[in-house]
Amino acid sequence: MTLASAERGRIGMSAMSAREPLVKVDGLALSRGERRLFADIAFELRQGELLLVRGPNGAGKSSLLLTLAGILKPEAGTIVWPGADQGPVLHVVGHLSGVKARLTLAENLQFWAAVNGVGGLSPEGALDAVGLGGLGAIEAGHLSAGQARRLALARLLVSQRSVWLLDEPTASLDTAGDGLVAKLIAEHLAQGGAAIAATHDDIVGATGTLMLGGAS
Amino acid sequence: MSAFAAIIGRDIRLAFRAGGDALTLVLFFVMVGAVVPFAIGPDRVVLAKLAPGIVWIAAFLSMLLGLDRLFRADEEDGSLLLFRHATIPLEAVVAGKMVAHWLLSALPLIVASPLLAVLLAMDFEAWQRTMLALLLGTPALTAFGVIGAAVTVSLKRGGLLAPVLILPLCIPVLIFGVAMVVAPVGSSAALLFLSAFSLVSVAFCPFAAALALRVSGE
Repeated sequence: MTLASAERGRIGMSAMSAREPLVKVDGLALSRGERRLFADIAFELRQGELLLVRGPNGAGKSSLLLTLAGILKPEAGTIVWPGADQGPVLHVVGHLSGVKARLTLAENLQFWAAVNGVGGLSPEGALDAVGLGGLGAIEAGHLSAGQARRLALARLLVSQRSVWLLDEPTASLDTAGDGLVAKLIAEHLAQGGAAIAATHDDIVGATGTLMLGGAS
Repeated sequence: MSAFAAIIGRDIRLAFRAGGDALTLVLFFVMVGAVVPFAIGPDRVVLAKLAPGIVWIAAFLSMLLGLDRLFRADEEDGSLLLFRHATIPLEAVVAGKMVAHWLLSALPLIVASPLLAVLLAMDFEAWQRTMLALLLGTPALTAFGVIGAAVTVSLKRGGLLAPVLILPLCIPVLIFGVAMVVAPVGSSAALLFLSAFSLVSVAFCPFAAALALRVSGE
């Protein structure tokens, strides 16, 4: 890790100028099967910015996030992560939580801290932050869908990454959970991070919106 | 704890929590050995002669049984996708899972092999050679299994496909595995071949399997 201990709490990118984009996307196009999902997507994301990706079901919001995450290969266009040579820069929260039902909450988070690199909160601190404090010793299989979602969000807090890619982060969360997501994102942005969220809800603090076309 | 050790540790911990997965393989392994004397007859000379082959068949089949769980669970809960952004490359993640899989599916069989030796009337020396052959040969079986599991992970019902895919690759391991046990004293050709198979397959498997996982994500 390139993070100096004095800089803990700041994202590793902070050495770079705040004006430098964390990700540059240009002319991005993707087709699934015969259907063109989107084309000519271009944006830059800088520190402290939250980009909302909106559009009806099937518009390609999840596919856009998967493309940005490098899972799907774009048909055309470029995605540049200027900080990627210093290690992984992004966290992904997809439809699936990545939670093992037979491990306890704390074990799940310890595992991801080991795999994704430490530098964030301790597992207990992350559980507190998402409202699951005190549940660290129970197995994750006992959690409700909303609680599992909170645990998936806690994974973002145990390892420092500058960009969060969130796919429907508020899905299956209660109203308090919606507020929690907004608060976590706001704190992340305040620390010099950035986020891209595909969502149907409004998340306060959004600095930009990307509309994906309707089903054709 | 390093990321590599964390992956091995998690798979082992999950196997113990889920209970019985590793035990099922061992039971199957011993069952094959227990059934054979009934099918062939209690002739100790014939049994002892067939024993190395039977042990290898039993080990091979029980290792195939455990293949499907290798990447399937991680695929279903989304972990496999998250491994793409780990601090270690996907190849290292696969290597970690391969080591865990060997510890969970091959090592218990080797530990249980004395039981089979008794059931199949093997003498002590033959059992020793069988155990050494299993130690040298099972890494290759594991490596081929990892590739098969990675190729079929995106198929909903790939459980049976992986064993069929890797069967031809595993045949040489069986041939040299048995040859090593029945080889005359002083001949080490089969041992060397078996070791070479294991070394090469273990070295290349993480790259092949990681490539398969990357392609299957698209």
